[in-house]
Amino acid sequence: MRKLLKPREREQMLGTAYAFPMGIWFTLFFTIPLGIIVLYSFLKRGLYGGVEWEFTLDAYKQMFNPSFGRVVIRTLWISVLATLGCILIAIPCGYAMAKSKYQTVLLFLIIIPFWTNSLIRIYAWISILSTEGFVNSLLIKLGLIDQGLKLIYNNGAVVLVLIYMYLPFAILPLFTTIDKFDFSLLDAARDLGASKLEAIIKVMFPNIKSGLSTAFIFTFIPIFGAYTVPLLVGGKDSTMIGNIIVDQVSKTRNWPLASAFSMVLTFISLVGVFWMLYNGKREQMQSKKTTQQSLEQNIKKHHLIRGEK
Amino acid sequence: MKGVEVTVEQVSRAYGDFKALDNVSVQIKKGEFFSLLGPSGCGKTTLLRIIAGFDYPDNGKVEFDGKDILPLAPDKRQSNTVFQTYALFPHLTVYENIAFPLRLKHVDKEEIDKKVKEYVHLVQLDDHITKKPSMLSGGQKQRVAIARALINEPRVLLLDEPLSALDAKLRQNLLVELDELHDKVGITFIYVTHDQSEALSVSDRIAVMNKGKVLQIGTPYEIYEAPATRFVAQFIGESNTFPCTVLSCEPYENEFMIKVDVPMLGGTVSVTDYDALEVGSKLDFTVRPEKVRITSTPPRSTNKELNTYKGIVDEPVYSGFQSKFYVRLDNEQKSIVKVFKQHTAFLDDGPEIDWRDTVYVSWTATDGYLVKDTDR
Repeated sequence: MRKLLKPREREQMLGTAYAFPMGIWFTLFFTIPLGIIVLYSFLKRGLYGGVEWEFTLDAYKQMFNPSFGRVVIRTLWISVLATLGCILIAIPCGYAMAKSKYQTVLLFLIIIPFWTNSLIRIYAWISILSTEGFVNSLLIKLGLIDQGLKLIYNNGAVVLVLIYMYLPFAILPLFTTIDKFDFSLLDAARDLGASKLEAIIKVMFPNIKSGLSTAFIFTFIPIFGAYTVPLLVGGKDSTMIGNIIVDQVSKTRNWPLASAFSMVLTFISLVGVFWMLYNGKREQMQSKKTTQQSLEQNIKKHHLIRGEK
Repeated sequence: MKGVEVTVEQVSRAYGDFKALDNVSVQIKKGEFFSLLGPSGCGKTTLLRIIAGFDYPDNGKVEFDGKDILPLAPDKRQSNTVFQTYALFPHLTVYENIAFPLRLKHVDKEEIDKKVKEYVHLVQLDDHITKKPSMLSGGQKQRVAIARALINEPRVLLLDEPLSALDAKLRQNLLVELDELHDKVGITFIYVTHDQSEALSVSDRIAVMNKGKVLQIGTPYEIYEAPATRFVAQFIGESNTFPCTVLSCEPYENEFMIKVDVPMLGGTVSVTDYDALEVGSKLDFTVRPEKVRITSTPPRSTNKELNTYKGIVDEPVYSGFQSKFYVRLDNEQKSIVKVFKQHTAFLDDGPEIDWRDTVYVSWTATDGYLVKDTDR
């Protein structure tokens, strides 16, 4: 006899069924490749690329090389700088958008750049920043300088273009949280004696914390793994971890080392994601506790009013 | 007195073509509970925001004890605000919300603790200091907002419809508490509301506003019993209002007895007024529904200035403590007169009145009044 399912069970079954295609896709094209990378990082390097099936920690040992160390440190400071730049620009942008009458238009403008290939957008920056580029010729025409400045092929250009590339990823989450922020709180803070800056730091920032952490994760992780930007607008001292991975795969053909560096990237990204999840969870727990407590209190009050125990 | 005198002089504020405040002047006394009353969009909140410093007038003066405060930023004024939505800081506990103004001033910890506890006690929230605002009920939130606004020891407390988000019963209780609090702290309260009963019950004086203008300033009694304009008469309480023309005006005791022609009532009505009125002037005749008597038989009265009309009950509305009758008069215009009637055996008004009954409505000359219609 066929067993009849309760609606709730049925829904759960359906949910699992619907998740199947997605699950298969992720297993095939995400989990398995990731597994391959993990595996390769523990194998011996093949002479002409590829790997030999022999367990070794060589790849991880090779990472502790001063020249790689410098690249890791550079990647870190460039990423931190570019992320901070993104967030510092994104906060006033998100604020202005939240307050604007033309929210949809502004949102649209932020999304438009995604319709163009990122390489083309980087080349556009090259033509803006190069020695005979837009900025330099403008400055020469205005008579401010005699000779073209060296604006490109250095770390400054890398940070600048990275900020440009990942700014929308910071603006969007910040805009959504600032949009939900109750601006009368700023009035209240001012009324109670806070200066404009104090009101923003002491009242607005704590209340848009979730947006700030999302913006940080959304920009820091991709910037940390960037390789086209340092390759195209960076100088010879702008190599980042992403470039090492590409070099090890395609030029030096040390696949285990490339895999080991990928593991480092993945690990750092995971730390970020877990931090965000933890923050979100904590806030949720707090509000859950809150509603539960107030519920219990209300029940108690109710009983009191009705003269029951 | 710890409060200040607040002077608002010829203040105007326009948003584009819309005149939010049009040449408004108000003089608020030290320690007074003063209400700004009017429908939404009348400019009362704009005026409050100008006094608080969140908005700036196009012209005019605002002074505290004769000192111009317009150049001061909100954080430099001796006023604090209780916001309509409370605007409690959601990331801080009740304690920290109330301590916020003191923390900004870098008052030392023990002093803060002492003062916060004092104000928490004042608003009876002693058991809730560790809670976040999201855990509080509406009434508790409102008390936190008040304590937070008072801890800076302002000399004016501005209240922007602080009770509008609460249910009716709670509102009544908090209103009484607010009045007691005002007596305790002794500072000037400026209370913005669109609810006439709130304003009438707690205010020392009320300014009735409409369309950016102050129509009348007076005690609740004056505002209710002697409204200056048709708008005030209709906004505060309920009124029967009909256009009329002055026919004659004669001295009567220490007032004037005025006969007016009221076409909608189909005849002449007697009404008294403190001022002599010019014959022929066009005014509005008004009488409050609770001053009209409704009876099944013509009222027997020796008072010759009694105005009596015959009509039919068009719609009785029972609301417990009283009934409201819409009486359609037996005349050409078929005008409606609203009447309130209490169900009290003591008044001996004869049999219960029901739908479609023929009734007599009557009122004395002293209970009606004449108002100017400035809105027309």
